[in-house]
Amino acid sequence: MHQFTIEPWLGANWDVAGYNIAFTNSAAWMLITAVVLWIFMLGGMRRQLVPGRWQMMVETFTGFIDDMLEANIGKGGRKYVPYIFSLFMFILFANLLGLMPLGVVGLHPFTFTSHFTITGVLAIMSFLIVLTVGFWKHGLHFFSLFVPSGTPLIMAIFIAPIEFISFMFRPFSLGLRLFVAMMAGHVLLEVLSSFVIDGWNAGAGFGLLVGVPSFVLMVAICALEILVAGIQAYVFALLSSLYINDAENLH
Amino acid sequence: MPQIAQLPEIWSSQLFWLLVIFGLVYFVIGRGMVPKVMDTVGLRDKQIADDLAAAQAARDAADEAEEAWRKRENANREAAQALVAEAKNKAQAATESKLAQVQAAIDTRLEEAEARIDASRAEAAAEIETVAAEAAQDIAARLAGIKVTKTDARSAVKKAMVHG
Repeated sequence: MHQFTIEPWLGANWDVAGYNIAFTNSAAWMLITAVVLWIFMLGGMRRQLVPGRWQMMVETFTGFIDDMLEANIGKGGRKYVPYIFSLFMFILFANLLGLMPLGVVGLHPFTFTSHFTITGVLAIMSFLIVLTVGFWKHGLHFFSLFVPSGTPLIMAIFIAPIEFISFMFRPFSLGLRLFVAMMAGHVLLEVLSSFVIDGWNAGAGFGLLVGVPSFVLMVAICALEILVAGIQAYVFALLSSLYINDAENLH
Repeated sequence: MPQIAQLPEIWSSQLFWLLVIFGLVYFVIGRGMVPKVMDTVGLRDKQIADDLAAAQAARDAADEAEEAWRKRENANREAAQALVAEAKNKAQAATESKLAQVQAAIDTRLEEAEARIDASRAEAAAEIETVAAEAAQDIAARLAGIKVTKTDARSAVKKAMVHG
């Protein structure tokens, strides 16, 4: 569990209005993620008519988000591309950077998406956008979201509270899903690596019996974790765009 | 679980730095770079669409030009064929008239030659008659000692010649 511990790197006693804002390892990895993402995006700024591989890759990502928003929201989805793209790429790069085997060179990656203080804030941000857009565009009519179209009045009385609860639960499920997936993956890898180390420490017999299979499993799970890193970023962005769609195109 | 154990001391720093850094990402990358990248893609798509439209227009123009050329070519071919046919007809007529002339010339010469041959034949026949009559006179004089007049001999010869 040490890998999830947050340590202040700078300004352990920086306080703003009584709240501590120390520059921690978590903040450092956010910054690294942002810088790596910025460097990645530089490849897309060459703006050549015939793109190279790098530029093509950047354009593939923007096109991917653009297509997703167009499919889920429609023509009005284009104005959310900057937000959803930032969200998706920030989470994706954070997840992937957290999996980098930098421990080999003595630098321990910190996956800040395994903290619900981060994923929760991101989820609340998406949720606030949904609320803002919904009330801005539809006013109080936005509350009709809780009554699916075509519901008889008697049913609506029961359905509306359920819809309301499920709506209010969205930020929690959104934030918890990413946090749990990232943390579970890292814990699983840590447990398996402890099997490898403890197995060999207990003798060659245990090493062969427990350590080697655990190591093989670890390699496979590392591949799975890379997949999960992409999928969770995608799910976060997809669900955010689906929720925004509710607000943008009220049924 | 440090996420919960450390919550009271870290939440403010986590929130602050996330807002600062995600804000940077949003404004610098999301608002600054992404629209430019998408513009590039849009420009490229537009350029491709324009090029395709231009290609289509050029192709239509080429088709039209080919059609016009084909029409002109057909007209030219017809004109040429008409010219050739006329020349052929003219040549044929000329040949026929020349042939007729030549034929006529040959015919007259043939007739003349035939007339000449007939005349020669008649002459030759008359000569043979004379010679035969003289021979018959001579033979009669020598064998029978009869003096036959020239006219008698000639009529006798004629009779023999007619009977063959």
